[in-house]
Amino acid sequence: MRSNPADYQLVAPASLQAVVSLLAAEPGAWLPIAGGTDVMVQYAAGKLPARKLVSIWNLPELRRIEVSPEEIRIGAGCTYTDLREHEVVQSEFSLLARAAAWTGGIANQNRGTLGGNIVNASPAADSLPALLVYDAELILISVRGERRVPYKDFHTGYKKTKLASDELVRAVCLARRFSGYLAYTRKVGARNAQAISKVCIAALGRRASGVVEDVRIALGSVAPVPLRLAETERLVTGKPVEPSLLVSAKRVAIAEIQPIDDIRSTARYRAAVAGNLVAEFLEKIGEN
Amino acid sequence: MTGDHIVGVSVPRKEGRDKVTGRAQYVDDLTLPGMLFGATVRSQVPRSKIGKITFGPGIAWDEFIVVTARDIPGKNVIALIANDQPCLADGVVNHPEEPILLLAHSDRHLLPQAVAAVSIEYDQLPALFTVEQSETRSEVIWGSDNIFKSYLVEKGDVDGIWKKADYIVEGEYKTGAQEQLYIENNGMIASFDAQQGMTVWGSLQCPFYVHKALMALCNLTADKVRVVQMETGGAFGGKEEYPSMIAAHAALLAIKCGRPVKIIYDRLEDMAATTKRHPSRTRHRTALSKDGRILGGEIELTIDGGAYVTLSPVVLSRATIHAGGAYYWPNVRITAKAVATNAPPHGAFRGFGAPQSLFALERHMDRIAQVVGLSPVEIRKRNFLQPGQMTTTEQTVREPLDLVRLLDRALELSDYHAKKQRFAKENELGTSRKGIGIAAFLHGAGFTGSGERNLSSVVGVEGCADGTIKVLVSSTEFGQGTKTVLCQIAAETLGLPYENVEIAQADTDQVPNSGPTVASRTVMVVGKLVQSAALGIKQTLMGSGLLGDSYSAEQFRSACRTQVAAHGQFRSWARYEAPADVFWDDDKYRGEAYAAFAWAVYVAEATVDMTTYNVSVDDFLALQEVGKVLHPVLARGQIAGGVAQGIGYTLYEKVIWQNGRMQNGQMTNYIMPTSADLPVVRVFFEEMGNVHGAFGAKGIGELPMDGPAPAIVNAVEDALKVPFDSIPLLPEDVFEALLAKREPQSVGGVR
Ligand SMILES: Cc1cc2nc3c(=O)[nH]c(=O)nc-3n(C[C@H](O)[C@H](O)[C@H](O)COP(=O)(O)OP(=O)(O)OC[C@H]3O[C@@H](n4cnc5c(N)ncnc54)[C@H](O)[C@@H]3O)c2cc1C
Repeated sequence: MRSNPADYQLVAPASLQAVVSLLAAEPGAWLPIAGGTDVMVQYAAGKLPARKLVSIWNLPELRRIEVSPEEIRIGAGCTYTDLREHEVVQSEFSLLARAAAWTGGIANQNRGTLGGNIVNASPAADSLPALLVYDAELILISVRGERRVPYKDFHTGYKKTKLASDELVRAVCLARRFSGYLAYTRKVGARNAQAISKVCIAALGRRASGVVEDVRIALGSVAPVPLRLAETERLVTGKPVEPSLLVSAKRVAIAEIQPIDDIRSTARYRAAVAGNLVAEFLEKIGEN
Repeated sequence: MTGDHIVGVSVPRKEGRDKVTGRAQYVDDLTLPGMLFGATVRSQVPRSKIGKITFGPGIAWDEFIVVTARDIPGKNVIALIANDQPCLADGVVNHPEEPILLLAHSDRHLLPQAVAAVSIEYDQLPALFTVEQSETRSEVIWGSDNIFKSYLVEKGDVDGIWKKADYIVEGEYKTGAQEQLYIENNGMIASFDAQQGMTVWGSLQCPFYVHKALMALCNLTADKVRVVQMETGGAFGGKEEYPSMIAAHAALLAIKCGRPVKIIYDRLEDMAATTKRHPSRTRHRTALSKDGRILGGEIELTIDGGAYVTLSPVVLSRATIHAGGAYYWPNVRITAKAVATNAPPHGAFRGFGAPQSLFALERHMDRIAQVVGLSPVEIRKRNFLQPGQMTTTEQTVREPLDLVRLLDRALELSDYHAKKQRFAKENELGTSRKGIGIAAFLHGAGFTGSGERNLSSVVGVEGCADGTIKVLVSSTEFGQGTKTVLCQIAAETLGLPYENVEIAQADTDQVPNSGPTVASRTVMVVGKLVQSAALGIKQTLMGSGLLGDSYSAEQFRSACRTQVAAHGQFRSWARYEAPADVFWDDDKYRGEAYAAFAWAVYVAEATVDMTTYNVSVDDFLALQEVGKVLHPVLARGQIAGGVAQGIGYTLYEKVIWQNGRMQNGQMTNYIMPTSADLPVVRVFFEEMGNVHGAFGAKGIGELPMDGPAPAIVNAVEDALKVPFDSIPLLPEDVFEALLAKREPQSVGGVR
């Protein structure tokens, strides 16, 4: 541990209301810590700038999954294990269940939360492409009340979000209208477990009368934010899946992303693999 | 005598119960009264003159103990082979992780900020980071030519063979650095007392290496330095030489403050600063006859030693001797050198040079096979060493070696031929390509050449007052099973139950110097000495009439009790004596390089995912001849673990260097494979027996590190029909190679 615990203050209020009051009293001063699986990595490396931490771990208001006929509302404090084990998540939102299953290892899945993954805002975060294709909406809460925002506008740049300094993510809402789709997802990491994605994809698609009727494709780790491939989706919609379509879809997909060289991979590799994944997904729709 | 054998049986590990119940004491579990914590301020720049040192604001410096090179009572070196590595840099630094200052404080949490608050001005000098840069000598950074050590092995007349050759095959092969990644990071505690001298407790492999280093550094006599090994959570060679450095630092702080000092590296520091496997480059030029027989060849081998000599000459020696592998070379010239670069010194790591030169050779054999038009199997069969033939160093193979049979058995066990055909057919379709590859190789057990003679190891066995037996060795346990196997050997020799034999803690005040725990020498060399010393106990008891020719365990214990009651301490010693027929010429690099070789054939099956270019190893068969297997569970564990480490070396573990510094010194970014990435390793043994080891055992620990890399890369070539000649082989490399081969329509067009 390269940080000195004496330099830090940690409080653990008993209710969500008490947390948002604290955030409002000193805006920007307190850093929420949920599972701590991102925060503690920074702490251990001596690189955590925040000195005042407010725990939101296990707050009952954040740890619920509520299911109504129209939508599922997942508390931001739900862990990957909670997601993996939930029946509706498994059956109707398999992209999210799969992402949860390959995030970190078991210990990490018992602590890491969906809210943490969203607010940590890493472009490589594994659950975010799924949120994009499911048109997720976020419920944000502060002393000023709650607001509901589409997730697709939430990430504004590398590690930047629209969250106000006194706000928390309260829940993630997913409309229950995707069960008729073919779901495709892959994580391309440097190993099969405990890996940060070099590229990850979550996609939904449906074929009718021989053509692609609807597709939604999102990629992680290929741009400053998780990305929905709008151009590629437009290109393939209404067309039959044939080899020439795969080639042009790859080309358009590669043009839509902005991968970089970093310690984990190269831009060239990421681009090629992203294209291959899109093609593989379209092939699957074709076979469907 | 009990009728049951102990050797050859998988008895429980001696220290196993303590490890699984958490009672085992590692160095960080030990707290001494008044103990402070130490930390190291490092250079951060590669090659520089050290300028002004400033102790920055915001730190209560008067609470800290600060040590510099000026505080060293003896010589400012980490004594090992060449004594060129300073304990603390004085005036200049030669690599970016070089220790300059030491700090200590009673609150360990205050140290990282204090380390960061020391600022050092540097006058940077041009630096060299690769073997190629070092070879140009654009800067001379070590000696007169940047060469730490070179060897020349010559057999026959190489220059005369080229004109007789039907084929000449050339290749260049490279291997990268690899981090040992033991579970327990390095750590030491030192305590100094003017009367008693220096004591250190630590995580380490070689107590007497640390002992020697502390004598020189602290200017103390042998009896005033004591080194105690704590339970050690893995080592793999990574705790062979660097612990001397950490012990030296803890010792200097302890002398200065008059209190015990503990230094524990965190993972970041351990990965960045301590040793790694030597990167290498090997060039082969081989002459062959029409029918694929090796007529001779030139092998040019270069390893990157980093900034100081440390163990590079010895690593290079093993790399050199293994460069010709398991084949017969009528004529050969091997030129080998270890060069200096401005990176932290590379060091010992399981295999110790052999994985590097064997990767090159076993890749080259596949290349030769293609040129000559033979299968990888056939080219090997035609060139295998046979009994009566001589190795590259002109050591005659005296054992009843049959490598063809070993290879055939491996092919059968792996269903090689059927798979090879099936994969070729199936690779026409689908989004993955499969291939199968082999590697045949050897690994010499024990120190190279005259090494064992020079070590002259001593082992003791004690008959205790309660009638039980204690083994006295400085050989250390770090997960591989030293304690268990040496106790088995003593128990078997004396006809006692395993439970009646214990092993002393490796404490230089209590045990003789049985040599370092390295070079796959412990079971074969030290084990044999344990056997002799135990026999001495038995003979004494028989000689004094306390024990008859046949006896029960209780009769033995009773005889032993009587002996101790009558004469006091009852110990028997054995010292290594080189076999009479073993000769080695250090100047010509010729002779009996090793007392015994273990032999192996490994078969790897790999799949390349053409969507992601990931390579996975689906099946791995490891067949080896290692003499007598003394403990089947531990032996299998050594092989399976070594193969796993070899898979990491081949496909996952890449040290990313920038100006001599490791950029990915975290387990998130330095990718070691997990259980989800590894196949079940199928382990098989042949037992041929060996006259040099206890009960016929040979060395086993390093062997499994040598074969996986070439076997896997050969499998990848079989799958893709694209040759790869350097490791680690990452998906990015596979992608680039396919791209280069296939004239892509676009970046993403290689599928
Ligand atoms: C070993 C290991 C493996 C990992 N593997 C993966 C992986 O495979 N894939 C992956 O995507 N990630 C991985 N991670 C990263 C991490 O586990 C995830 O990002 C996780 O979802 C973070 O959740 P948390 O609750 O632990 O976040 P914390 O560390 O508690 O918080 C992260 C950030 O989010 C903020 N925050 C948390 N909850 C809220 C909220 N409700 N409202 C507002 N702000 C909030 C915090 O203030 C902080 O800035 C791994 C981490 C580790 C340590």
